[in-house]
Amino acid sequence: MNRPRTQSGAQTICFVVNGQAREFSGNPAKRLADVLRDDLGLTGTKIGCNAGDCGACTVLIDGRQVCSCLTAVAQADGREVTTVEGLAAGGRLSGLQRAFQKHGAAQCGICTPGMLVAAADLLARNRRPSAAEVKDALGGVLCRCTGYQKIIEAVLDAATAQLPPPPAAGAAIGARAPKVDGVAKLTGEERYGADGIPAGALWLRVARSPYHHASFELGDLAAYAAARPGMERVLSARDVPSNGFGIYPHIKDQPVLADGVVRFRGEAVLALVGTRAAIEAVDEAELPIRYTPLPPVMGIAAAAAPGAPLVQADKAGNLLLDGWVRKGDAAAAFAHCAAVAEATFETGFVEHAYIEPEAGWAERLGDRLEVHVTTQTPYMDRDEMALVMKLAREQIRIVPTACGGGFGGKLDLSVQPLIGVAAWLLGKPVACIYTRPESMASSTKRHPSQIRIKSGCDASGRLVAIETVADFDTGAYASWGPTVATRVPIHASGPYCVPHVTARGRAFFTHCHPSGAFRGFGVPQGAIAHEAMMDELADKLGMDRLAFRRLNALKAGDATATGQVLAHSAGLPQCLDALKPHWDKALAACTAYNKTSAYKRRGAGIGCMWYGIGNTALSNPSTMRIGLSAKGELTLYNGAVDIGQGSNTIMTQIAADALGLPMGEFRIVMGDTDLTADAGKTSASRQTFVSGKAVELAARDLRRKLLQLLEAAPDALLSLEGSLIKATDAQGEHQYDLAWLAPRQGVDVLRGEGSFDPPTSPQDADGQGVPYATYAFAAQLALVEVDCELGTVKVLEIVAAHDVGKAINPIQVEGQIHGGTMQGLGLALMEEYLPGRTENLHDYLIPTIGDIPEMKCILIEDAEPLGPSGAKGVGEPGLIPTAPAILGAINHATGVRMRQVPVLPHRLRAALKLMETR
Amino acid sequence: MPSYLRPTSLPEAVAALAQGSLTVLAGGTDYYPSRVGKPLTDDILDISAIAGLRGIRDDGAHWRIGATTSWSELIAAELPPLFDGLKLAAREIGGVQIQNAGTIAGNLCNASPAADGVPALLALDARVEIADIAGSASLALDEFILGNRRTVLRPDQLLSAILIPKPAHPARSHFAKLGARKYLVVSIVMAAATLELESGRVCAARVALGAASEMAQRLPLLEAALIGRRCAAQLGEHAKAEHLAALTPIDDVRASREYRLDAGLVLVRRVLNELGARA
Repeated sequence: MNRPRTQSGAQTICFVVNGQAREFSGNPAKRLADVLRDDLGLTGTKIGCNAGDCGACTVLIDGRQVCSCLTAVAQADGREVTTVEGLAAGGRLSGLQRAFQKHGAAQCGICTPGMLVAAADLLARNRRPSAAEVKDALGGVLCRCTGYQKIIEAVLDAATAQLPPPPAAGAAIGARAPKVDGVAKLTGEERYGADGIPAGALWLRVARSPYHHASFELGDLAAYAAARPGMERVLSARDVPSNGFGIYPHIKDQPVLADGVVRFRGEAVLALVGTRAAIEAVDEAELPIRYTPLPPVMGIAAAAAPGAPLVQADKAGNLLLDGWVRKGDAAAAFAHCAAVAEATFETGFVEHAYIEPEAGWAERLGDRLEVHVTTQTPYMDRDEMALVMKLAREQIRIVPTACGGGFGGKLDLSVQPLIGVAAWLLGKPVACIYTRPESMASSTKRHPSQIRIKSGCDASGRLVAIETVADFDTGAYASWGPTVATRVPIHASGPYCVPHVTARGRAFFTHCHPSGAFRGFGVPQGAIAHEAMMDELADKLGMDRLAFRRLNALKAGDATATGQVLAHSAGLPQCLDALKPHWDKALAACTAYNKTSAYKRRGAGIGCMWYGIGNTALSNPSTMRIGLSAKGELTLYNGAVDIGQGSNTIMTQIAADALGLPMGEFRIVMGDTDLTADAGKTSASRQTFVSGKAVELAARDLRRKLLQLLEAAPDALLSLEGSLIKATDAQGEHQYDLAWLAPRQGVDVLRGEGSFDPPTSPQDADGQGVPYATYAFAAQLALVEVDCELGTVKVLEIVAAHDVGKAINPIQVEGQIHGGTMQGLGLALMEEYLPGRTENLHDYLIPTIGDIPEMKCILIEDAEPLGPSGAKGVGEPGLIPTAPAILGAINHATGVRMRQVPVLPHRLRAALKLMETR
Repeated sequence: MPSYLRPTSLPEAVAALAQGSLTVLAGGTDYYPSRVGKPLTDDILDISAIAGLRGIRDDGAHWRIGATTSWSELIAAELPPLFDGLKLAAREIGGVQIQNAGTIAGNLCNASPAADGVPALLALDARVEIADIAGSASLALDEFILGNRRTVLRPDQLLSAILIPKPAHPARSHFAKLGARKYLVVSIVMAAATLELESGRVCAARVALGAASEMAQRLPLLEAALIGRRCAAQLGEHAKAEHLAALTPIDDVRASREYRLDAGLVLVRRVLNELGARA
């Protein structure tokens, strides 16, 4: 029933939410999403953009999906609203939710409520939809993690899905076990950065620079605040105890709040703290900031130009870092090459576009500060916050919320120091949620690159020399720029055996948001260059592109560009061999198709990659603990943050088998810096390899202690029944009542601990050394269709062969490859962040469910002896070979070699026209 | 707190508009995105509860599409092949969430150069009905939209319906959109065409191109060139670059000016070929 409403001001809206009559009194224009979350406490509905661009807030109104961020609550009057919380009738997961759990269709889970609700709308009308119908129905919800494939599989399986039985003790590793923390992501219970904000918290809003570069003066901040009811305080640079942060211990160059000068559009200038109503009512035009715009340095060429104005006064030549790897004598070796190829490649800024914007809240408790925040790196956050706040590390507690996607973008501080300083000074909880445009303007990006590369091989196709200079735009502050500038030269010659290598990586400051960590740390940009070289050299010699790579592929016993001899686990040859039948089939299919096609042409391409796991030539330890209480509760104190990639599940699988108890016995404490040990950052594809090894050691340690207590043999089978721990061995059954033991640490009566720091050595002046303990390898095949009249590219198929050492959980490994591949597809075809012009998710495009190819994963398990059960990392590798494979396929289809990404339709069309006129 | 009116009849709505400055809200799919991070301070006239503004009906000489008819309602409506192009456009608007909420009149009043509904409606010779306290009048769609985000609508007026004249001869329409991804994408360029046929030949043609000028444009030179042509799969060959000469596309983040003209011609040809092949 629609009741007419013609009165003004606050009104009462009555509607049914998940079967219950609910009321809202207030502004009828308030977004339904905000009413659900803030007034009704239903935080399962997520807000990713407030603009209808991402679909995370999708709910049903009278059974039809709508964006609740675009719906005035008044329009829900008299109607039925269904949110994700309403899908599990009577607390029992629906078939759709079970299917999501079974197929691993939720990774970080932030888009999952929207996906589930959209799918529920479809399934209510069409119980057995086709894949195309699923895509149409879910096309309005963006996912940045999964690559969508498992979501489609789950929706198609909703009618019949049953969860597999949990793996038995000792059979967890290698099992396709559902996520241990999956159910909360499917019911709306999971709490992300914006979901647990205490009632009564003050809110913080950041005033940001509208200019790329400007000096500024501040007016009377106290008077500004005093004139606005509910505004408690306006913070500026002078309020920050130590106003500089940064990833590297010796480079704390980014101010929490700018001090007299802003160096990028979106830089934080003031933090306004007050009631939510007060900060939401702020009119930016009235802020007491007077800017004097200054000419910005934009782009690598401008920054590197002789005499260029300096972005940071003490950084001569705007140079952050100049990294080298030199082996042999590349320059001389080219003279002896039978074929030489040379080109320059360009990439732009790429936005992480996690669907959860930065969010969190902080609270002062006596002389300690607690920060609840969405993050990839609680321990780095803790240490950085201690520096900024001039407090001891022990005074800071970071409690990570669930993380709605990171991809490297939540490794840098965002809201943490702002809410931390405010909460400390005001003595009240302070919360902050970035808007989507704010998130995009202020967060780090993938480094834009200009990569010059020259490579040569002998007449038999063996690579002889590679010379490359990779220049990066690192933005206004260092962030992870040094990591990129050192990692790229190491990887610049690709996963190939090359005797002569000269590789240089330089990062230049510009007046842009800092470029930071983004899935691959510059290696994806470098791979575009080295893989194009492989294609060109193979073509020059008339060799098959896959065979050329196979001939040169690094294998155990080979030396890398840094002189590191790979002892084990170098599985690129196996990856390429696995691709070979798919490659031959794809080439034949393209030839057949192109014979009859008019303006559409198909092509196949191949991309290879290698990726050093963990920090580059730096110590990179993880420590893990497992505790057992007197009641027999088994707790994994897991300092590794699960950002959706599944480390909670992976760690549990490893712990379960190493301890000898089933996965279901474990509960997890994740990332809380008061309760867990430092397991480093979730970055550099390191958690499975490094923290996984630490957890394996911790579990073995606890097992050893238990066996000692039980006086049982090393191969005894353990079981836990309440407080009774039992062991069965050749002698029979042993048991011990843990209740007899006194708690030693917290509630735990026994604890196992393990630490692992992958062995590396520092690089010398020529970059020679052992920068990584192990490397992941992969080769991907892309089949594309190019519409030559329009310049559009559709990726039809990706076959991804990845050497992962050991797939601890194949579902999650596939999920990482799918998700990485789709980000690689975005990098290749559509993603380009332009400061000030693409600060939203409709001008900045990421792939939708309709853009995915058929993806097939082939898992190669060339065991890494250092890793847990032989495992390495897979987080970043999925992305790296995709763009090179697509670019190679476009070249195969059309003859055009695109040297700039993204290959937007107008760029490809222009290149095709140019080729036609030649 | 700002006022919020949600009348149930058109007279109430136009009476309210006559009394003061109100922001008209229907599906909300343009209103809220323009206010991200900003307070909601507008006095609102919510027209979504006016039953008489919703739905599609046959009014004899024309089809009448109520202003707040959603794109999903249009897709689900049983309509003659004349509407195939408009339905295709409807499916290209946002995702299903946007199609369920967004209204056809809202797409016109928002007057984006990339509005997906406009070329298809131009190709249908659509007129719009404007209501105010004095009554209502209709005018051609291309007279209603003045340019980028500009229409002739006065603050005291409401777009109450879209009128589609019934063609004199059997007619079909088609639509094609080009974007840089599949769903949720702002058009780089789009084309729509309606052909009326008599004995296998084109007797009337209406072709429009969107996102290639400040507002979508009909292509009268091409339309004239199509008259009398036999309808076949090669019909698009009659479209020439010079037929697009009056267009003024822009360079922006999505594409270059040159590309929009190029791709626009390709889309027009394909739309005509498709219509030709189906005849």
